[in-house]
Amino acid sequence: MSKSLRIEDVLNWLSGLSMMVALYLVFVYAPTEATMGHVQRIFYFHVSSAWVGFFAFLVTLVGGIAYLRGGNRDWDTVALSSVEIGLTFTAMAVITGSIWAKATWNAWWPWQQEPRLVLVSILLLLYLAYLMLRAFVEGEERKARFAAVYGIVAFVSVPFTFMSVRWWQRLHPVVFEREGTHLAPAMLATFLFCLVAFTILYFTLLLHRSRLGRLADQAEGLKERLRTGEGG
Amino acid sequence: MIQVQGLVKSFGHTYALRDVDLEVTQGQFLTIVGPNGAGKTTLLRILATLLKPTSGLVRIDGLDVASRSAEIRRRIGFVSHQSLTYSKLTVEENLVFYGRIYDVPAVKERVDTLLTLVGLEARRHDAARTLSRGMQQRLSIARAMIHQPSLLLLDEPYTGLDQQAAEMLRQLLQTITAESCTVVMTTHNLQRALELCHTVAILAKGRIVHEAENTSLTLDDFQQAYWHYVGDRWPR
Amino acid sequence: MSFLNKVLAIVGKDVVAELRTKEMFSSMLVFALLVIVIFSFSFELRVENVAQVAPGILWVTFVFASTLELNRSLAMEMENGCLDGLFLAPMDRSAIYFGKMLGNLIFISAIEALMLPIFSVLFDLNLILPSLLLTIFLGTIGFAAVGTLLSAIAVNTRAREVMLPVLLFPIILPVVISATKVTGGILDGVPLADWAHWLRFLVAFDIIFLAVSYMTFDFVVQG
Repeated sequence: MSKSLRIEDVLNWLSGLSMMVALYLVFVYAPTEATMGHVQRIFYFHVSSAWVGFFAFLVTLVGGIAYLRGGNRDWDTVALSSVEIGLTFTAMAVITGSIWAKATWNAWWPWQQEPRLVLVSILLLLYLAYLMLRAFVEGEERKARFAAVYGIVAFVSVPFTFMSVRWWQRLHPVVFEREGTHLAPAMLATFLFCLVAFTILYFTLLLHRSRLGRLADQAEGLKERLRTGEGG
Repeated sequence: MIQVQGLVKSFGHTYALRDVDLEVTQGQFLTIVGPNGAGKTTLLRILATLLKPTSGLVRIDGLDVASRSAEIRRRIGFVSHQSLTYSKLTVEENLVFYGRIYDVPAVKERVDTLLTLVGLEARRHDAARTLSRGMQQRLSIARAMIHQPSLLLLDEPYTGLDQQAAEMLRQLLQTITAESCTVVMTTHNLQRALELCHTVAILAKGRIVHEAENTSLTLDDFQQAYWHYVGDRWPR
Repeated sequence: MSFLNKVLAIVGKDVVAELRTKEMFSSMLVFALLVIVIFSFSFELRVENVAQVAPGILWVTFVFASTLELNRSLAMEMENGCLDGLFLAPMDRSAIYFGKMLGNLIFISAIEALMLPIFSVLFDLNLILPSLLLTIFLGTIGFAAVGTLLSAIAVNTRAREVMLPVLLFPIILPVVISATKVTGGILDGVPLADWAHWLRFLVAFDIIFLAVSYMTFDFVVQG
C-alpha cells in the first residue's frame, strides 16, 4: 500500500512539472512557424492528445484481453478508465484539430484535406459506443465481458479505418502538404517533450481513475452485503 | 450421478447460490422447492452447463461441469421454463433440428417414438406457435429427450398449465421416470413437489436448508417444514 | 463432418423458417422501394446525374437492410430461449457462430439480390456486373462476420434495436468506404488495376474479422 502511494506521489509531481515545462516550451521556447504563425503552436498539444487517445485505446484492448483470459475485474476497471481518459484526449484532439483547420483551410471540418481529423472523430464515435454499450448492459460481469469483446473488435478496426480513410483521400487532389514533416530542431524537441509529458499525464490519470473504479466496486460489494444482510 | 459440494454462484456482487451441497444417485427423482429468487433456476442452469460455477465442485457422472461440459451435455436433457423451440418451425422440424445438433442417429425414428410418447403425432406438421401451453410443454420434454439423456432437469414444468395439462404432464413424467432416468425438478408448488419424487429438498436464500426422503412424508408435515425454513422471510 | 453437419442444421432451420413465413423478403422488398423513393426525392432536386450518387445510395441501403436482418436473426434465437437450446447441445460454440454467420450471409445476399434489379431499373444503370457482384459479396461477408458477433451482444442489452447500429456502424465503416469507392470505380469504368487494392483490402477485412469474431464469440454467449 505504501509503495503504491509513493508511485502516485511521484507521478503526480512528475506530470505537474512536465506539463509546466511543456507549456513553457510550446509558448516561449519553440520558434514561431514562418507561414502559419502562432496557430501552429496548437500542433504540439494536438498531436500529443491524439497520441494519448490512441495509446489509451490500445491499453483498453490489452485490458480486455487480460480480463477475458483471467477474469480479474481489475483489468476491466483499467480498460474502462482508459477509455474515459482516451475519449477526453481524443475530444481535445478533435477540437484543437478543428481550430487548426479553420486557420489553415478556413473550414472547421475539412473532410477532404484532413483525413486524420476524420479518423480521430471515428475513434471518438467507436469508444462512445463502447461507453454506451456498458450503460445498456445489465450485470457487472456481463458488462465487463461484452465491453472487453467490443474493446478488442473496435481496436482491430482502427487500422482498417485508417487505411481506408487514407486511400479514400488519395483519389482527391492533395491541396496542401501536411506541415511539420520537416520540423526545426527546437520544434522537434518541443514536440517530443510534449509527447512524453502527455504520456506521463495519461498514466497519472489512469492510476487515479482505476483506483477510484476499484474503490467504487468495493463499495458496491459492501452495499450489496448490507442489503442482503449477509456476512460473507 | 450428481455430486455438488460447496457450490457458490455470484453475479457481480449478488450471490444466487451461497453454499450448496447435493447428492443425487442413479435413477433418483429429486424435487427442489423454494420461493422465487431462492436460486432454483441458477442451480439447474449450472447443472445443465449453461452457467459456470463461481466456486465449488459440480460433477455429473463423475465429470466436472466446468471442464467436461461437452460430454455432460450428451447425458442431460433440460426443460427450461421457456420452451426452447422455434415458433415458426413445425413440431417435427423442431425435433429433427435438435436431433441433428445432438448427432442422433436415425433421427426420424427417434422423433416418431417421442411424438407418440408425448402424444403429439396429430400435430407434427403444425407450427410450434399454434400449440397450447400444455402441448408446448410436452414438445419441450420431447426436445429435451431427443438424445436419450440419462439425467433430466426440469425447471418449473407445471407453471402456466391448467389442471388437465398438468395431469397429462404428471403422467408423462411418471412414464419417463419408470425408464430409470434420473430426474431433478424444481417447483414452488408443494403439492406437485411430493407427487413423483423420491427425495425433496428445500432451497432458500441460496442454500439447501432441508432435505427429506419422500417415503412417509405427508403434505401437512412437509408444508410445516417448508414454512419453518422459508417462512421467516415470507410471512403469511 | 459432425461440426459441418451442425452448422448446416442451424443454417437450414433459419432458411426453412424464412421460406415458410417470407417475413424478411416481403418486408425487405418494401423497404428497398421506400429507400429508393426517399433518396430520389432528397437528392433529385440538386443532383443532375443519379449515377454520381448511386454507389452511396446502394451501400447505405445495404447497411440499413443488413442491420434489420441481423437484428431479426438473433431475435429469432432469443424467442422462447432458443439460444439456450443451442448452448445445451454438445457442440462447439463456434458452430453456432458459423451457423448464424452463414445464415446472415445468405439472407443479406438474398436481400441484395432482390434489391439490385430494382435499383438497376429505377436508376437506369446496369448494376448486375460480375465485378460489382464480387465487391458486394466481399462487403457482405464483412457485414455478416462482425454483425453476427455484435448482434449477439446487442440482443442482451436494453434498447437492442438501437444498440446494434451504434456498435456496428463505426466498425464496418472501412467496408462501406472501400465498397462505395469500388462501386463508383466500376460504374465509371475505371480499369481493374486502379481499384484492385480495395478488393484486397476487403478480403483482408473479412479474414481478420472472421477470425476475431470466431475467437471472441464464446465470451459473448457464455452464461
